[in-house]
Amino acid sequence: MGMTIAEKIIARAAGVAEVKAGDIHTVTLDRMMSNDGTTHLTVDMYHNQLKNPRIADPKRMVFIVDHNVPADNPKTAASQKKMRDFAREHGIDFWEGKGVCHQIMMEHYVCPGELIFGADSHTCTYGALGAFGTGVGCTDLLYAMVTGTSWVLVPETVKFNLTGRLPEGVYPRDLMLTIIGEIGAGGVSYQVMEFCGDGAGTLSVNDRMVLCNLAVEAGAKTAVFQADQIALDWLAARGRKPAAVFESDEDAVYVREYTFDLSRIRPAAARPDYVDDVVPAKEVCGVRIDEAFLGSCNNGRIEELRVGASILKGRRVADHVRFLVVPASQEVYLQAMEEGLIQIFMESGAIVMNPNCSVCWGSCQGVIGEDEVLISTGTRNFKGRAGHPSSKVYLGSAATVAASAVKGEICTADML
Amino acid sequence: MGQTMIEKLISRNIGSDSVKPGDIVTVSADRVMLDDIMIPFIADKFHEMGFTKIWDQDKVVLIYDHLVPSSQQDDVRHYQVGDRFAKEYGLTHVHRSDGICHQLMTEAGYVKPGDVVFGTDSHTTTYGCVGAFSTGIGYTEMAAILGTGELWVRVPETIKIVIEGELPEHVMSKDVILRIIGDLGADGATYKALEFAGATVENMTVSSRMTMANMAIEAGAKCAVFAPDEKTALYCGGELGERDRSLEGDSDAVYCKTLTYRAEELTPVMACPSQVDKIREVSALEGTVIDQVFIGSCTNGRLEDLEAAAKVLEGKKTAPFVKLIVTPASRKVYQEADARGILRTLAEAGAIITHPGCGLCCGRTGGILWDGERVVATNNRNFLGRMGTSKVEIYLASPVTAAACAVAGKIVLPS
Amino acid sequence: MEQFTGKVWVLGDDIDTDIIIPTEYLALKTIEDMKQYAFSPLRPDLASRIQKGDIVVAGKNFGCGSSREQAPEVVKALGIRCIIARSFARIFFRNSINNGLLLIEQPDLRGDVKEGDEITVAVNDHIIYGGRRYPIASLPENLVEILNAGGLVKAMAARNGVNRDSLNRS
Repeated sequence: MGMTIAEKIIARAAGVAEVKAGDIHTVTLDRMMSNDGTTHLTVDMYHNQLKNPRIADPKRMVFIVDHNVPADNPKTAASQKKMRDFAREHGIDFWEGKGVCHQIMMEHYVCPGELIFGADSHTCTYGALGAFGTGVGCTDLLYAMVTGTSWVLVPETVKFNLTGRLPEGVYPRDLMLTIIGEIGAGGVSYQVMEFCGDGAGTLSVNDRMVLCNLAVEAGAKTAVFQADQIALDWLAARGRKPAAVFESDEDAVYVREYTFDLSRIRPAAARPDYVDDVVPAKEVCGVRIDEAFLGSCNNGRIEELRVGASILKGRRVADHVRFLVVPASQEVYLQAMEEGLIQIFMESGAIVMNPNCSVCWGSCQGVIGEDEVLISTGTRNFKGRAGHPSSKVYLGSAATVAASAVKGEICTADML
Repeated sequence: MGQTMIEKLISRNIGSDSVKPGDIVTVSADRVMLDDIMIPFIADKFHEMGFTKIWDQDKVVLIYDHLVPSSQQDDVRHYQVGDRFAKEYGLTHVHRSDGICHQLMTEAGYVKPGDVVFGTDSHTTTYGCVGAFSTGIGYTEMAAILGTGELWVRVPETIKIVIEGELPEHVMSKDVILRIIGDLGADGATYKALEFAGATVENMTVSSRMTMANMAIEAGAKCAVFAPDEKTALYCGGELGERDRSLEGDSDAVYCKTLTYRAEELTPVMACPSQVDKIREVSALEGTVIDQVFIGSCTNGRLEDLEAAAKVLEGKKTAPFVKLIVTPASRKVYQEADARGILRTLAEAGAIITHPGCGLCCGRTGGILWDGERVVATNNRNFLGRMGTSKVEIYLASPVTAAACAVAGKIVLPS
Repeated sequence: MEQFTGKVWVLGDDIDTDIIIPTEYLALKTIEDMKQYAFSPLRPDLASRIQKGDIVVAGKNFGCGSSREQAPEVVKALGIRCIIARSFARIFFRNSINNGLLLIEQPDLRGDVKEGDEITVAVNDHIIYGGRRYPIASLPENLVEILNAGGLVKAMAARNGVNRDSLNRS
């Protein structure tokens, strides 16, 4: 019987010829990533709950400090120190202040065909390169760290057939928000979203990251694109080779199929406090905002910064708005600097921060206050996610966010 | 009898021929600076005092810097109160994310030679770099000034500090002022004014002078002043008038103390934990392992500071596991440093470059540390607990020394 | 002559404003919210042990550092009756007077006094401790005026003809 890409990756990791949805397999992990959101807890468990603590293979581990950078209080400083000391002691690759973990992973580690665990829910991002990345808790990560293996329940795969091409001024972010709005926050729980079709071929690796990254907001275990020539070229440019390039068999089993015509997508926004409360962006225009955020592992790459800068160029951020621009990584920051985008943002009155999770994570930078409204390119708009419990977060594309920052209220780029 | 510079500044302000130390006089403020931490308290006191209007809105500058970007929910309330206050009383000089207050006050031209300026932050002494009398006050007094435009001051005695000669390579004005604070002690200039003179300070840029005026408070000084010269004029974007030129202390003025330094004898130094006056030669501290380096603040976050650091860091990387945090002093500094490729050099060396603001110096965000960690920082204070827990060790140094330490991962002399 | 007796807490030299109230807590809503953190970098338990009427005796340069007026305000809010030090930093000094917190400079007491002992202060005249009399100087007249008015806010309110007690605090 045929297999999907996700099933093939699991079969490879399990060292078996075939797997099918519902099977449970022991798998060898290609890589494990942990960030400062939870690593200190993992380290504590490592020291306090194991009889003979050891690391299976430090070379497969990556520790990334990205959530509170630079540290904003003694507690986060303590967590990060614990992580840093542990990485140093065990020879684990350690990144601090160089960018959001998923961006660092994509820039430096992820290869097609790999099975990767990350102690962060947005690990599903790695599907953009045809890898199987999934978020786990710190207990799972600890087990994986110690044994180099874990178990997985082979998920069912849902096919997302993309056709056509996105119109000018509409972005993958709008597409993914539209999809989540359609299928709901639990629409693909425990399942894999596989993106395919001729529309997929019009999307860059960045675009694919935007889609895969948000898959968890529809409940998915992960999301995946086939590693086509676009992905392989991207990888080769970074001097890496695929672990394995898989494509889904013609007779692979999909539990459901959806088709989205990209040419029909329009700017979308998610309303507070649910990622799947998605409406056409036009419907929320006019809502006064206090803060705007362009950044995150979802939408803080050079492509989005270019979109933001093209809107900000020659314009000023509204007086009452704090507009945070936070590149997803140091590499993105340097590229943006090279292209003059950082100057444009600074000239417009934006607050340009060092690469990190920033207000998407709701602490450290840009925390919003009582009753304040934020429009964000971040991953989530849950209640209180960005600060005070009474504050509200809208999600939109880089274009919508940048335009709103200028206008001082939510608007789409064509309304400026 | 001759007058010191501060005596001239005060007598000029009150329209008197002369004043003498110990006189208690009421001066008019030419400009006042309100910062984001204090604004809610200033607003409260202003209302409690029963004022209904500000004496002169044009003379008031409101700057958000300590709490930018917001790191706690309460921070936002300070912006809200500030915005409301500005709107209600018609303030137009409001900076919401443009950098550190002291940098903006001089850089944006709010302070001119000869001005009398008060600010709700102790490092308001900085503006002496352009020949102004400026000093930090509390929020209650600021509220009173907002209503009346006036404040009483006691005319301070002056300590004259003369520095002659050329500074050795890698010795910055930060090393000079740290040495002076070490010699005076943390209370050595309490209630007094510092007046800097000599060829060394004449040759210094206004930015370098700013570093020294900024830290005068760390010796307890009420203010610190440099006589305005051509550099000052250029910096302030105007010409010096006859009155500005005559601000220099008279040769027969009475100083309570005079310190004299030879620039050639000065060396890179650090203020060791946890007193600003605990000054040691960097050479005596070499080898001390560090965890973090901070380059920024109103003391040393300017273009020349970042440039000096970039020179050291060019083509190099920060030591493994050592964090380098760079926080430019203002939006303008950031943009110029970007345009000149300085930020690129720093970022390529591994620096975490944040938005301009007070950052780590005020200890609310920007690289807080934990027990047992050690930081070399270019800011002005190394007080117990200032950058995290009371078990964090803070060493204050010049940008050149700090950059060298970031590469080495330990305290080293810049070379 | 105003006279009072209180229990003494002894602190060292250069007690800076970051020790008196760390920046981390400066943006809390009220002084009441902040006061529990007073002196926390140096002595985390001190704020909770101070009782109304206690007196702080310290070394030189008390209150050096920042202009934060929250520093004298938290000290006052904790119930400290006065601070006696070898010397004070100037901004702290002004801020204290403006808030009606009494500061006394006295060079010798700090070397003799033990924490927990009681001392008696005769304002503008002397301190009695262990049977010994420690002279103190009088405050300048313009400061006495502010203190007598009950602080600068009340002085200004009187000038503006405002009955401060009737004001609705926001």
